[in-house]
Amino acid sequence: MNINAKNVDYKDLNEEIRNVQGDCTVSECLGQRFMAAGMSDKTITVTGIPGNALGAYLNGAVIEVMGNAQDAVGDTMNDGEIIIHGNIGDAAGYAMRGGKIFVKGNAGYRAGIHMKAYKEKKPCIVIGGKAGSFLGEYQAGGTIIVLGLCDDTGSDIVGNYPSTGMHGGKMYLRSDCKNIEFPGQVSVKKATAEDLKEIEEDIIKFCEHFECDVNEILNSEFTIVTPDSKNPYKQMYVAN
Amino acid sequence: MNLEGQVRIPSGCAIAAVISKEGKRMTGEAITEAMEPMHDRSNGLGGGFAAYGIYPEYKEFYALHFFFNDRDTRKNCEKFLKERFEIVKSELIPTRKIPEITDEPIIWRYFVAPLKSMLVSMQLDESEYVARTVMKINTEMHGAYVFSSGKNMGTFKAVGFPEDVGVFYKLDEYEGYSWTAHGRYPTNTPGWWGGAHPFTLLDYSIVHNGEISSYDANRRFIEMFGYKCTLQTDTEVITYIMDYLIRRQGLNLEETANVIAAPFWQTIENMDDEKEKEKYTYLRTMFPSLLVTGPFSIVFGFNGGLMALNDRLKLRSMVVGEKDDKVYIASEEAAIRVMEPDVKDVWAPAGGEPVIVKVKEGVDL
Repeated sequence: MNINAKNVDYKDLNEEIRNVQGDCTVSECLGQRFMAAGMSDKTITVTGIPGNALGAYLNGAVIEVMGNAQDAVGDTMNDGEIIIHGNIGDAAGYAMRGGKIFVKGNAGYRAGIHMKAYKEKKPCIVIGGKAGSFLGEYQAGGTIIVLGLCDDTGSDIVGNYPSTGMHGGKMYLRSDCKNIEFPGQVSVKKATAEDLKEIEEDIIKFCEHFECDVNEILNSEFTIVTPDSKNPYKQMYVAN
Repeated sequence: MNLEGQVRIPSGCAIAAVISKEGKRMTGEAITEAMEPMHDRSNGLGGGFAAYGIYPEYKEFYALHFFFNDRDTRKNCEKFLKERFEIVKSELIPTRKIPEITDEPIIWRYFVAPLKSMLVSMQLDESEYVARTVMKINTEMHGAYVFSSGKNMGTFKAVGFPEDVGVFYKLDEYEGYSWTAHGRYPTNTPGWWGGAHPFTLLDYSIVHNGEISSYDANRRFIEMFGYKCTLQTDTEVITYIMDYLIRRQGLNLEETANVIAAPFWQTIENMDDEKEKEKYTYLRTMFPSLLVTGPFSIVFGFNGGLMALNDRLKLRSMVVGEKDDKVYIASEEAAIRVMEPDVKDVWAPAGGEPVIVKVKEGVDL
């Protein structure tokens, strides 16, 4: 079923999507925010430009956007999948605690800010292009992967101040990161074959979505960033 | 009612802009429609537009747009203006009566030229003379407020949602080569007609989404140079900073951007180019009180161009797109797609990275 979103208010649009039995497409979307918020049971294919906080609190549904998305994609999402065939704005995956976000192009500032993991919940963001500054700010869990594909600018794979305040999870950057300055509380190493094994499944999925070569990606040099210890704040304020 | 300046309530907002690099004029219809998908970024307490190139038949004259509380104030103010300016035209700004916009003040415009004898006796150039007059009216004349004072440009603003404000002011009947727009969500002040964006002085206009933490520090500095911040609205101070740095200090736009959104000392330290390092150090040292901190995205309009700028941490969103002779700027991509569905390569400038667009040289505006 197709829902035409032209001139439809965001609340009405969400209501329509919620009432559809099974999968649907949403066409001519233009800035409607909170799309598919909290939904769990369907696949939604979107053309046009969805508004901010696409898939906020997503709880298992699959959203595929055929172009760009705006800010705060997957804000606090819990489960499901968001696939973006373009670029995304700032603060993607804000505090997400489950599910996966795949982006073909670039991400803006603060992707993966405060993403977290708990038991079986392990969120993951894969960014095909480059990421802006403050990638993984206050990251507390989950995995952030940046691939830097289709690079024609020669700029670094990530902007300034990546992993500021990171205290959990892992960040994989497909680069030697020689020009990138990381903060003191993280350890930055060349990823081993064993490290890469952990993200193989997500890379395969990424390649399925956007038709790229898995081996070409996995055979490149990756840098892995992890917090330095299990308690990076140890002795920061008191001796504990 | 307590007005702006009397009450401080501890802003989400929406901004958009379009400019033709060829100087081709377009009506205000597209920019008005562009504000619709961003409706929820405002709360109906302010909307406004700045338009450049709209008064070609009066381009030698300063276009003063006024809000007057009542007829007597207008008469008194007109008497005051006549002592200082030659008034070549005086008229009500045309509006449409629509239910969405109510309680309007008297909205008037004058096209004026400063009296030569006054300029000579006060030993001021035209622009300084006009700027001082605007400051004098806005601080001393109760019930009168100049909200636009440039040549061949004009600001139109009101309490309401921006898409309604555009209809109210009949912007479809104006043609400009450059437009900026703002939808307001006031968080610090109650919202009245004068407090809507854009904030202007001479042909400089600012639309702003954000909340400036350095407002008081900036205000204290800028008030030493004759500017008066009367509204407690942070955007007002940015307009005066731009005027001070560009018109009075002679800085260019990049330098101005590097003062208000200066790179971190750490970033400066890591620069390879010694000349660059020296330049940034100089600007930070010369104008430390004009560093603007806190979240902002702004579009600065001036005769012949636009500059878009984010705070250096990029705490507000802003995207830019281009097609043919036009450049589009907005808080959200959806707004750009309203103006031009086929825009290619929408991109987000980095924090502190100014985007400067000027009309090609040689185009008669």
